[in-house]
Formats: sequence, structure tokens, C-alpha cells
Amino acid sequence: MNIPSNLKYTKSHEWVDFVNETTVRIGLTDFAQDSLGGLVFVNLPEEGDRLSAGESLGDVESVKAVSDIYAPVTGIVSAINEELLDTPEKINEEPYGAWLVEVSEVFLEEELLNADQYEAFCKEEE
Amino acid sequence: MEQKTPLYDCHVSGGGKIVPFAGYLMPVQYSGVIEEHMAVRKQAGLFDVSHMGEVIISGPDALKNVNWLFTNDFTNMTDGRVRYSPMCNEEGGIVDDLIVYRMAAERYFVVINASNRQKDVEWMKAHLIGDVSLEDISGEVAQIALQGPYSGDILRKLTKEENIPSKYYTFLDHCRVAGVECLVSQTGYTGEYGYELYCAPKDAVALWAALLEAGKESGLIPCGLGARDTLRLEAAMPLYGHEMDDSISPLETGLNFAVKMGKEDFIGKKGIESRGEPKKVRVGLKAVGRGIIREHQMVHMGEKTIGITTSGTHCPYLGGAYAMALVDIEHSAIGTLVEVDVRGRRVTAAITVLPFYKKGK
Repeated sequence: MNIPSNLKYTKSHEWVDFVNETTVRIGLTDFAQDSLGGLVFVNLPEEGDRLSAGESLGDVESVKAVSDIYAPVTGIVSAINEELLDTPEKINEEPYGAWLVEVSEVFLEEELLNADQYEAFCKEEE
Repeated sequence: MEQKTPLYDCHVSGGGKIVPFAGYLMPVQYSGVIEEHMAVRKQAGLFDVSHMGEVIISGPDALKNVNWLFTNDFTNMTDGRVRYSPMCNEEGGIVDDLIVYRMAAERYFVVINASNRQKDVEWMKAHLIGDVSLEDISGEVAQIALQGPYSGDILRKLTKEENIPSKYYTFLDHCRVAGVECLVSQTGYTGEYGYELYCAPKDAVALWAALLEAGKESGLIPCGLGARDTLRLEAAMPLYGHEMDDSISPLETGLNFAVKMGKEDFIGKKGIESRGEPKKVRVGLKAVGRGIIREHQMVHMGEKTIGITTSGTHCPYLGGAYAMALVDIEHSAIGTLVEVDVRGRRVTAAITVLPFYKKGK
């Protein structure tokens, strides 16, 4: 299971990349894409949408199921990865390259996990 | 406490992801739903369907009973034929859908849904008439489905031509396939050319292994329940609990072809008649807007709610989101644009011809 050490993580299997102090990019981890299976659809928020940490910001769909994506931070959506709307399978192919949303005016409500903590958490889940 | 089919260990060692289903531990997928679905459409796929229930209705009044219990007409059936039918309650709602194999004039082999087995057996036993007996032999039958364009070629490697039924909805009994005694029928739940093989539980593992081996060259792969559902949906085949339940009459859900109102009587005939002309009908929906329509989502036309979806998914072969729905008959014309409430968002869909997919010749 790939877990890059330069990223932060959540217990709901999102990764967080701090572009700068108040801007992040969010995606789904390798663990997430592996358990979801082949993704065929992604529902993303719109630019300007307000996000609240812990709440659903959208969802991804495999053939069989829908899974919510949870906002790891509070903030405002500044960009969405439009490419994923047509090719959601990129999330499976490159989970850490396929960012879903970019969030600005970020406020951290809760401590995020570092790579070691996330790895330990994943082992427990299995 | 879930049961295991005779093929459980094969699924585990084959890398199948096991989930509980209808009281059994079954593989939902092996390599992935999409790969398995495409394999069945292009090469071949192998399914464990041993969880299904099987009963034998036999005796001098066997035909009388199948005509009484089920809505279809079995009078002109010959040995070796298979016929599909709903089974209704007195109100005309559907207890289950099933297929009937005529073994002999006084012996019928009936295959019922795993999820309804207990209910069906109790129901049938309570409604038998005359000189007949009903035996639940589900525990003594294992079943494997081999589906896909290459399924005939694969079977030919393991048995003689005379053991392969040449027509859809026919079967041959006491066939030796890979040395295993089987009943082989040209039936299936994928909308694809294929076969279902019934054998003794003790022979299932050997038969499964022989089929996988013989099918390797052709690209045969094991498939799970996930692909079984996407395949049947693409072919617009109904599933109990979705397109049918005990409140829905077969005429409301597009099963008219299997309801013979001309029969003198059958359980549910009066119930169906008393409902009058169906006010709702089963339709196909193709998502036009972005979104995947799923089951139990409301269907709207402007401000009006006109129905509800019964099944829906992303269909891998067709490459789009398709669904089936029960809608008011006055809004059911092909081409009608509707909106489905998909988790709070309206997705536009067009009413489309069923089936969505039909196999090539």
C-alpha cells in the first residue's frame, strides 16, 4: 500500500497536500481506490462552494456503490480537477496524482494524520 | 449463520471477495466487476449459482399443479423444455419468479430464487392440489453457469456434441461433462449465449476446475454476483425484490408474455383481473445528464412524481448509466424525458426501449 510521506491523511482515506499554509489539494489514497474498485463516476463540488471539515464534499461511484468524500478541512473550493469528470479511472491509476479539489482559506478543525499514523490506522482497518 | 456452497473454497483460493448473500457466503467479484462483465460479453465467464433453490413437483397431478401454482401455461410443454413463470399470490402480486424444466409428463424440476427458497417451498406446499408431491432438493444440487460467446466451444472440449442443448430454453439430462453427471440447459441470466449446469454437490469442485481449465484459452474467468447483476440489468432481466415483489402484478412489470389469462384458473388470476388495466408499467431509462441512476429513486416529470426506479447502475458494455423503473402508464412513451432524484440532484433520463442490450447472432 503506497503512502507518500510528504502528505497528510484522514481516517476516511483522503490525502491532503498543503500547497501553502492556507491552500490544500485533496485526493483519495491508494487504500481507498483499492477498496472501492474501478471508479466510473465522480461528483465534485463547484468552485466557490464552502466546505466544512467532516462533511461530505461529493462522492465517487464504482459500478456497485457510491462512497462519500469527506472534507478534511474547512474552506472554500478554489478549483476542481475537471479531467476526472470524464476519466474517473485516473483515481485508481494514480491516486496521488489525481487531486479532486483545491481548497483555499483553509482552517484546520482537526489534526490530520501523518504517513506513519495513517499506515498504522490502515493496518488496524484490515 | 451463513451457509457455504460446495464451491466456497474455490472462490477463496481463486481470490474471490466473499460477501453474505441470501444466507450464503458468495463471491461478489474476483478480478473486478467491469472485467468480469466484459469477459461475459466478449469471451466467457463462470458463475457459482449453487445458492439457488430447486424443487421437484411429481405425480399424476404434477401438470395440474404447475398450471395452478404458476401463471404461465405448461400444457403443451414437451420433455426437455424450460419455461419461465412468475408465481402469484391471491391478490395477483408476485411471490417469486422461477423456471420450470419438464423432465417428464409427471415430473417437473423448478428453480427458484435463493432469497425466496423457504418462502416458496412453504407457499407451494400449502397450495398443492390432488395427487402430487413436492420435494425440496436444493441441498442436493450444485449449479454452475457458463456464459458468453465462447461457452459452447468450451463445453465441446469437455463433452460430446449430443450432450449440448442446441436451442435456448431446452435441456439435456444425464450428460457426462468432464466426467461429471450433469443436467445441461441452454439458459442464463446474462442476456448472453450460455449454459447452466446442475450436478451433485460432491462433483461441483471438479466440474468448476475442469471448466476453468478448458476455458483458459478462450479467456474464461470466474465471475461474481456484482457482474451477475450488471449483466442482467443490461439485458433488462427482472430481479425479484426490484422489478417484482408481492405487491406488483406481472402485468404491471412487463411479464405479460408469461401470464396466460386464458387458463381456466391459477392462483392470482382473479387478483390480476380485479386490478383492471395496469396503471403502471416497467420502462427502461438511459441517463442523459451526468449521474448514475440507482434503485429506489423517485422519477419526476416537472413537479409531478410519476414513478420509482427499481434497479440501476453503470453498464460496463454499453458504457452508460441505465435503470429500470415502474412509472405511470400515461407517461411511459419511448423518448419521454424524465428527471430522477439521485441523492438530492435531478438527473435527466430518457425512457428507452427494453432490453438495453441484445446479444449478437
